[in-house]
Amino acid sequence: MDSVLSAILVLLGLALVFGLILGYASVRFKIIGNPLVEQIDAILPQTQCGQCGYPGCRPYAQAISDGDAINKCPPGGQSTIDQLAELLNQESIPLDSEHGTEDVRKVAYIREDECIGCTKCIQACPVDAILGAAKLMHTVIVSECTGCDLCVEPCPVDCIDMIPVATTIGSWKWPAPPSPLQIIATDKRVQTEELH
Amino acid sequence: MPVYSFHGGIHPPENKVQSTRLPVDDAPIPKHLVVPVLQHLGMAADPVVDVGERVLKGQLIAEPVGRISVAVHAPSSGRVIGISQQPVPHASGLEAECILIETDGQDSWCEHQGLEDYTKLSPNELIDFIRHKGIAGMGGAGFPTDVKLHLGDDHIVNTLIINAAECEPYITADDTLMRIASEEIVGGIEIIAHLLKPHHIIIGIEDNKPDAIAALNIACRESNLAIDIQIVPTKYPSGGERQLIQLLTNVEVPSGKIPADVGIVCQNVGTLAAIYDAISTGRPLLSRIVTVTGDALAQPRNLRTLIGTPFSTLLDYAGIDRSKMSRLVMGGPMMGIPVTSEQIPVIKTTNCIIAATAEEMPPTAPAQACIRCGLCEQACPAQLLPQQLYWFAKGKEFDKARDHDLFDCIECGACAYVCPSNIPLVQYYRFAKSEIRNEELEQRRADHARARFEARKQRLEREAEQKEARRKQRALEAAAAQAERRKALEMAQAKAASDTSSAQAPSESLTRALATQSLNSDLESNTTSNTTPNAVPDIKALKVAAALARTKLSKAQKALKNAQDKGLEGSEALAATVAILSEKSEAAQINYDKAQALEAAEQSKAPSETVQTAAETVANNNHDIKALKQQVSIMRTKLKKAKASGEDEAEISRLVERLDQAQQQVWAVEAEKTAQATAQGIDLKQLKIDAALAKAAVTKLDRAINASESEDERSKLSVELAQKQETALQLSQQLARFE
Repeated sequence: MDSVLSAILVLLGLALVFGLILGYASVRFKIIGNPLVEQIDAILPQTQCGQCGYPGCRPYAQAISDGDAINKCPPGGQSTIDQLAELLNQESIPLDSEHGTEDVRKVAYIREDECIGCTKCIQACPVDAILGAAKLMHTVIVSECTGCDLCVEPCPVDCIDMIPVATTIGSWKWPAPPSPLQIIATDKRVQTEELH
Repeated sequence: MPVYSFHGGIHPPENKVQSTRLPVDDAPIPKHLVVPVLQHLGMAADPVVDVGERVLKGQLIAEPVGRISVAVHAPSSGRVIGISQQPVPHASGLEAECILIETDGQDSWCEHQGLEDYTKLSPNELIDFIRHKGIAGMGGAGFPTDVKLHLGDDHIVNTLIINAAECEPYITADDTLMRIASEEIVGGIEIIAHLLKPHHIIIGIEDNKPDAIAALNIACRESNLAIDIQIVPTKYPSGGERQLIQLLTNVEVPSGKIPADVGIVCQNVGTLAAIYDAISTGRPLLSRIVTVTGDALAQPRNLRTLIGTPFSTLLDYAGIDRSKMSRLVMGGPMMGIPVTSEQIPVIKTTNCIIAATAEEMPPTAPAQACIRCGLCEQACPAQLLPQQLYWFAKGKEFDKARDHDLFDCIECGACAYVCPSNIPLVQYYRFAKSEIRNEELEQRRADHARARFEARKQRLEREAEQKEARRKQRALEAAAAQAERRKALEMAQAKAASDTSSAQAPSESLTRALATQSLNSDLESNTTSNTTPNAVPDIKALKVAAALARTKLSKAQKALKNAQDKGLEGSEALAATVAILSEKSEAAQINYDKAQALEAAEQSKAPSETVQTAAETVANNNHDIKALKQQVSIMRTKLKKAKASGEDEAEISRLVERLDQAQQQVWAVEAEKTAQATAQGIDLKQLKIDAALAKAAVTKLDRAINASESEDERSKLSVELAQKQETALQLSQQLARFE
């Protein structure tokens, strides 16, 4: 009987101690804010284009954490969807074409002799990548431009073009080797002959 | 000293003999030199020459930009004919900025001066000198040499390793250089040893270059430095920096670190010779030895080639048979890259060009499935797991590939060489590496964009806050001003209330002014009505007065309407003023009308009316006036009583009307009287005054008589008094006639 009592007492004591430790830890190491939103936001491409239907990447991150679909980000493309799927432990789904399609990286270009200096594009730019002043010519700082497209619409004289970024030696990527596993025996022969 | 070993490695056919049969020769100066501004790692140099400018051999044509960059010099004399995009030696086959020089064939040097004694210069000055001679690592990567020489600043360099291994098949450029320029190489070692002060200098050379070893031995014996020449067994890739370090020192450079972190600096023999050349003669790096080899060439050999010489010039010089050539490779067969254009120029890192026939380099057989044989792992000199990396790269699981130290891969190609399934493993690794780098770039870009977006958001918020603050400030100020005004108004009202029993002063200054005006007009109209009897003939003046009163009334009405529209305070007071004004205006009109009637009556009377008649009329009227005045005062009292007892308005207005009528009658009679007096030539006013004066004189004399003491004086005064009394009596009698 004594041993049972002592065991119960010991366990109760342990429970009390650990309870106190856990209680302290939950107060001391409390995480302020929603870390999931931060994580999602870190994956999103930060073009702030609003193609997802939310006013910027962070609002979309918030929406995803609240249960919205993860396939609404055309600038991020499939790789972003995959990363989000992995983070949220969901099935990866293809990009929702309703919100746009994956495209090559583009930057805005202002045809400067046509610019009237209305500053509308400057106000539209989410990353302050357009330089200019009222009644003076504007120009895009290419290195800051995210290619979000938001400056094209407000331009009253349609002098903004979205130009695909040309590949230079610095930005060139090695292509993926052709997959060898898709060919069957007869195809292999044909391909080998072609190569010769 | 023992020679150690590194993991893996392969022994491909060497194929080095072909290119060493013929002695080294100078390649011809081509008609056009194509000099890329980026021939090294880091930032591209910035052109400092203009199109059309004449340049001399050795003249600076592009200067370094930033820390990791290298200058570019004109390899031969001639004219700059263009700065444009040209195909360059790069795996992508893309074009890059190049300076095109049309050579004049004279190859005339610009002024250049070597250093008499480089030991007199401070290390920094010496390194700067080397930097401006455009020297970049000539082994393969083209790392700017001056940056490597600065490693002694923040690292303790114990060992200097000279890389003379040249392990890749076909290539004999370094071998040739060592044979013909061993003294220059040792001279270069001395310069670098002076800068880095290593304890130990080792030349690592493969055992397949006996002539080079012999030449180096001779050169080293003449040097003051203790240089170890370590002969390593031929194995690919012993020329890899990390592999050679391991071979010579048995030290493994940790992943993600550079050799300097373990106290070792590596230099290629070609770089050393270039440094020596630059220091001793002042010549920048303008040419290098290039191995031109392959079965498609009649005379494969090593050529001392100017930077910027197109491959075609070299191939032609070596007797190319283009019908036999199936593949043109830049670099060695293991790590080199196939090129499609013969117009690609030689750059500072180009050590070999292979014009291979189909038999020599057959097209790679189609890749088959990985059978997990593990041969690649056995061959990997970096001790990686090539098979795992392959799967990850293929499945695009780049994070896992990175975790398996993908970036420690030196892309030597040993794994692909041993692969029985002909899988292009290196291609997969390169693909994975560039994808990861791209992802990192995208991430950096995203972070940058996020930072800018957040900054913008903050800025907009701040601006909105400031705007709001300003708006609040303005509202506060406006409220304070209004409170002040209200206070002032209240004070004015209080003052007005105490000053006049009439209505409260209107709040606005405008209405105040109007009120004053109305009071004025009140007075005026009073005056007018008072003076009317005096000015009976002056109907014009009356008319004017009536018109004025009307105008004032309409103005006041307008102001009232305005005040009511704007909801200004004091509109009630204004309304009262308007009411008063309208009354006055009516009164003025009535006066005018009466005056007109009077005039008409006077006109109807005979103009020959005597003074006596007038006097009689006045006397007759005397009674009337008194009665009338009495009546008026009675009515006033009645009105007051009625007002005090709160009679209804109709009654009051009736009383007011009657009072007015009575008053009018009194005024009319008075006016008539005055007019009659005037007609008799007697000034009634003067008469009154005179009478008053006479009375006063009588009283005065009376007092003087009472006060006087002497009899004489008293009698005199009494006479005077009697006279005055008589005058006063006369005057008062005269006055009584008119009143």
